[in-house]
Amino acid sequence: MANKRYVIGVDVGGTFTDVFFLDEATGAYDVAKVPSTPEDQAVGFIAGIRAGLDDLRQAATVVHGTTVATNALLERKGARAGVLMTSGFRDVLEMRRRDRPRTWGLWGQFEPIVERALRAEVEERTLADGTVHTPVDIAQVQAEARKLSEAGAEAIAIVFINAYANSENERAALGAVRQVWPNAHVTASHEILPEIREFERASTTALNAYVQPVISRYLGNLEATLRDGGFAGDILIVQSNGGVMSVDSAKRLPIRTALSGPAAGVIAGAHIATEAGYPNVITCDMGGTSFDVSLVAGGASMLSPQTSIDFGLVVRTPMIEITTIGAGGGSIAHVDRGGLLQVGPESAGSNPGPVCYGQGNDRPTVTDANVVLGRINAERPIGGKLDRLDVEAAKASIATHIAESLGLDVMDAAEAIIRVANSRMAGAIRLVSVERGHDPRQFVAMPFGGGGALHTGALIKEVGLARALVPRFPGVTSALGCVIADMRHDFVHTLNTELDALDPARLETEMRETAGRGLELLSASDVAFAARDCLFELDMLYVGQTHTIAVPVALDLDDADARIGRDDIRAAFEESYRRAYGRLLDGIPIRVMNLRTTVIGRRPKFDLSMLAGAGADDAHRGTRRIWADGAWHEADVYARLDLPVGAEVSGPALLEQPDTTIYIDPDLAGSVDRFGNLVIARKEPI
Amino acid sequence: MIDPVTLAVLKGRLEQIADEMDATLFRSAFNPIIAEAHDASHGIYDAATGATLVQGKSGLPIFVGAMSFAVKAVIDKAARDGDMADGDVYLFNDPYDGGTHLSDFKLVRPFYRDGALYCYLASVGHWHDVGGNVPGNYNPVATESFQEGMLIPPVKLFVKGELRQDIVDIVQANSRLPGSLYGDLNGQINALDLGVKRLNALLDEYGDAGVSEALTELQHRAAQLLRSYIAELPDGRYSADDWLDNDGIVDQPLAIALDLVIDGEELTFDFSRSAPACDGPVNISRATAVASCYVALKHIFHDVPANAGVLEPIRFVIPDGTILSVGAPKPVGGYTETILRVIDVVFSAFAQVAPGRSNANAYGTINALSLAGHRRDGRRWVMFSFFGGGHGGHPEGDGLNHGNAPISTATIPPVEILEAAYPVIFTQWALRTDSGGPGEHRGGLGGHYEIELLEENADVFLFGERGRFPPQGVVGGGAGALNRFAYQQDDGDHEPPFASKMVGIKLRRGQRLLLRTPGGGGYGPAHARDPAEVAADVRDGYVSREAAARDYGVVLSDDGGVDAVGTDGLRKATAE
Repeated sequence: MANKRYVIGVDVGGTFTDVFFLDEATGAYDVAKVPSTPEDQAVGFIAGIRAGLDDLRQAATVVHGTTVATNALLERKGARAGVLMTSGFRDVLEMRRRDRPRTWGLWGQFEPIVERALRAEVEERTLADGTVHTPVDIAQVQAEARKLSEAGAEAIAIVFINAYANSENERAALGAVRQVWPNAHVTASHEILPEIREFERASTTALNAYVQPVISRYLGNLEATLRDGGFAGDILIVQSNGGVMSVDSAKRLPIRTALSGPAAGVIAGAHIATEAGYPNVITCDMGGTSFDVSLVAGGASMLSPQTSIDFGLVVRTPMIEITTIGAGGGSIAHVDRGGLLQVGPESAGSNPGPVCYGQGNDRPTVTDANVVLGRINAERPIGGKLDRLDVEAAKASIATHIAESLGLDVMDAAEAIIRVANSRMAGAIRLVSVERGHDPRQFVAMPFGGGGALHTGALIKEVGLARALVPRFPGVTSALGCVIADMRHDFVHTLNTELDALDPARLETEMRETAGRGLELLSASDVAFAARDCLFELDMLYVGQTHTIAVPVALDLDDADARIGRDDIRAAFEESYRRAYGRLLDGIPIRVMNLRTTVIGRRPKFDLSMLAGAGADDAHRGTRRIWADGAWHEADVYARLDLPVGAEVSGPALLEQPDTTIYIDPDLAGSVDRFGNLVIARKEPI
Repeated sequence: MIDPVTLAVLKGRLEQIADEMDATLFRSAFNPIIAEAHDASHGIYDAATGATLVQGKSGLPIFVGAMSFAVKAVIDKAARDGDMADGDVYLFNDPYDGGTHLSDFKLVRPFYRDGALYCYLASVGHWHDVGGNVPGNYNPVATESFQEGMLIPPVKLFVKGELRQDIVDIVQANSRLPGSLYGDLNGQINALDLGVKRLNALLDEYGDAGVSEALTELQHRAAQLLRSYIAELPDGRYSADDWLDNDGIVDQPLAIALDLVIDGEELTFDFSRSAPACDGPVNISRATAVASCYVALKHIFHDVPANAGVLEPIRFVIPDGTILSVGAPKPVGGYTETILRVIDVVFSAFAQVAPGRSNANAYGTINALSLAGHRRDGRRWVMFSFFGGGHGGHPEGDGLNHGNAPISTATIPPVEILEAAYPVIFTQWALRTDSGGPGEHRGGLGGHYEIELLEENADVFLFGERGRFPPQGVVGGGAGALNRFAYQQDDGDHEPPFASKMVGIKLRRGQRLLLRTPGGGGYGPAHARDPAEVAADVRDGYVSREAAARDYGVVLSDDGGVDAVGTDGLRKATAE
């Protein structure tokens, strides 16, 4: 019998499927990159694994970062879903919180993912204090559910007003619907999010129903294909919170995979940088149309409680906080009517793509500027689809659209595009760092994705970051993240009580029970953990405020005699509040809104120094002329993967590898650390 | 001259400072009108004129135009007193000088570099209660500002960095909710502190002279941008008239009438034909009127930056003594209704000259509803909320259902938050059928809300509009539905005598309020709408079968599909 020894991370992106193989017995690793198959992602998925492993019986665990849910949401390709709501409230999903897509301009539109004809109402009502005002009419529930099913709904969401306070009616309806619903795609809001605020809960629940049939089919298919190939291990799915869950959990709570792919990248970034001695890192993922940044402080990524996938599509589950701006390689530069140079948010994407691709776009992009400046090798484009890039076309486009309007030389105009693009990216980095009170000098920038490493040097200078760290395989960072991600389960429950009226014994019981549920999920997964952690937070605020702050509360679960008291909670709140806003407000009562419980199963980590290569005798590949700071320079060109540990590279330099190009500015220098990372810093320390 | 690249970089950095000031206040504010509804704003203003240099993007749009008047009021005060110094912060809410209404408290801080005044930073926020006759300050029957709340002229809150506690004591003593006010005031002070820190860092990095040059240049660019848009429009005079229902005191309509004159690269907003100042609280000051026009323009030309350069190619004719240019003590508490109407006529006038750029009117009323009473244990409760409505149809499609007002980016609190905080239960929270104005692109739908009282007694106050004059359509589109409010009493259902304004109606346990808000106006003739879309609207309940025939000339068969022959006949008959 084959020995199960491989952990395999698979990240399916829009263009490529990246795979990272780790042999747990020897610590050896391998990477693979195959084209994605958007029609059926499972095909590329299996091909990627086959590219590195013939015998699937040798795989112990496959961990998957997926964009199936993300794409279904963004492209509106989820299933036909129905919603069952409290009488009088079927329009909650469509009325939102009475907002609009943009501050300026009133042309917005919104189409809810569940059409009005598929939103049914039933007689029932619970009051805010949990009292059942009108018991639910089971016969009506089943009749309405049957009608929705007959109207073509493949999945159903049940959302009752105030179900966070008492889920009795909703649970009764859930049981009744299950009896008549033709499949397993039945979701009730108290299972997904027993938290106050009906729109956010309804939206999250309905979106879960909307993606559930799609995700379930996809995962079912994937699981079957792997099993057919002899795979007998575990399949884990990366959640938006950066932790993994079992396939069964993912089928039940598919909305938690909404940002699965990007989250895996941030997890990897956090781990790689922390191992390299930089626990404070800002990950920068630059693609064709967008630039995503995420901040990691002290080795921990930031979670936001809620995200809008698109206007009105609110998902309220903890997600790794990723800030996106429309500035990527394909972002189009133009001079506006006021004579100001602008870059993005309009993008040429990857098709038709930049002017230099020669696929029909004639407006200059950031990539065109990089090509004209010599920073991208026109003879060897990344991705392998094109033979060469058309430098002259890129140059002509910049001359026509930018240089003439601004009265600049074409080279200066190309550099101006880069400066403005850098300035926008720097703004995004400042937004997540300086603006949240983090000192940029204590952070390093970590680029991944195809284009980030061309800009990172400039970014660290503009924002004042200490240095940049380019991982050895920037293109497979998310797949690596899959391999190291911990298992994680998040729970929330609204308490909404004044601290003085809180029953500490009841709270403690709930904390122990909730943690117990999470630990059971860990045990049920068959995955080996190095450690298990349970973390508790209370969302608290002064009475009268609307925004809560997260207050960590400790409870030793192993000590059955451990107690928490109101005074402990008050002290913890005041400490958190003081840190966030400075001044406490004496004499104003304190309210406890939600209990948040997180259960984490820590998966064993592997030694990242395995990634560092042996290096070749000579990594130097010659020189290339590049334009920087208003003049031509002769830049050294290196084969990045051939650089040995300890190698030093002085800018201006270009480091090429199959999935990216790294540009080191004239005033910067790079060195290869013992993990194979390239660390870029100023030649003259600031 | 400053190079275009540095200019673009500085533009982003300066906007970020203002945005960050906004975010600081939103996070730490006490009252939901700031924290959730973002009824606040921050910016950087010219040292000599008070002109807006940079304004945050996340605050309330109306302040973008109004705050320069507030800063100018402080400049005038400092010129009179001659004692302004580094570390001073001025506080005031005088709406005749600073625009908007008494609820908006402005903090203005002179910013010094090397001992010389460089610019002003300012913060404005809507406080929950500033005294007056009605909790929450929307008093529909005020005839003088004294009935609307306290009025504080520009006074120093800080002198050279020292807080004057006596000023804080005075404003707290004049509010029903002194704790909330105190929290908001602290949030505004924090925001200004942060702005000072960030601006100093930016000036240290780029140099005072360079940033000054950039600020001047950005005004020029904004003016140039707007001029280029105006130049594309055909010269001429375009008129649009609309009406307020009444002023809450005298039940007669009040005209808001605009003559928009386009002449080359310049335009004139002439409001001379508008009604004279009225007795009730729907007057506004000139500062507010100018700010409203700015908001409408920015909705039409989104990419024009938020700075004073935009006002350069514009002339305003707003004669004193009209409803749009009043002085103390004329009541201005209901200013939101009047500025919404000013914005409506700007949209309607622009739709005539540039139909591809404008849109039909949005619902056009804030519906400030206040329920107040005492709980069994004696504690006072005040539920105060604004409601949504439909947006107008536009060149790209139907109007948004249940949006927020064009002057605001405010969101509505969830039902569950309201029910947890106040003794009420909502029995309806729905879209209102047939409320969208008919059109090739239909107006968005308004809301249908029903609220039942769970406590023994409550007083109800409402400040709304559009009960008599509906949101207009443009380019041949029809009007949206009227605002409708009803309340139950022992002897049955009632509607307020002033349509959408009332004070202190007593409600008893189990009695309900019913509010149905307007939809937006339609864009383009209703008969040009694709019958299949009308059928879909009927299937989804946005439009009734009757309205489909009456307004759109669309006949549906029994299965809900389009009866092509019947529709053709009906449309032809109507056309004749």
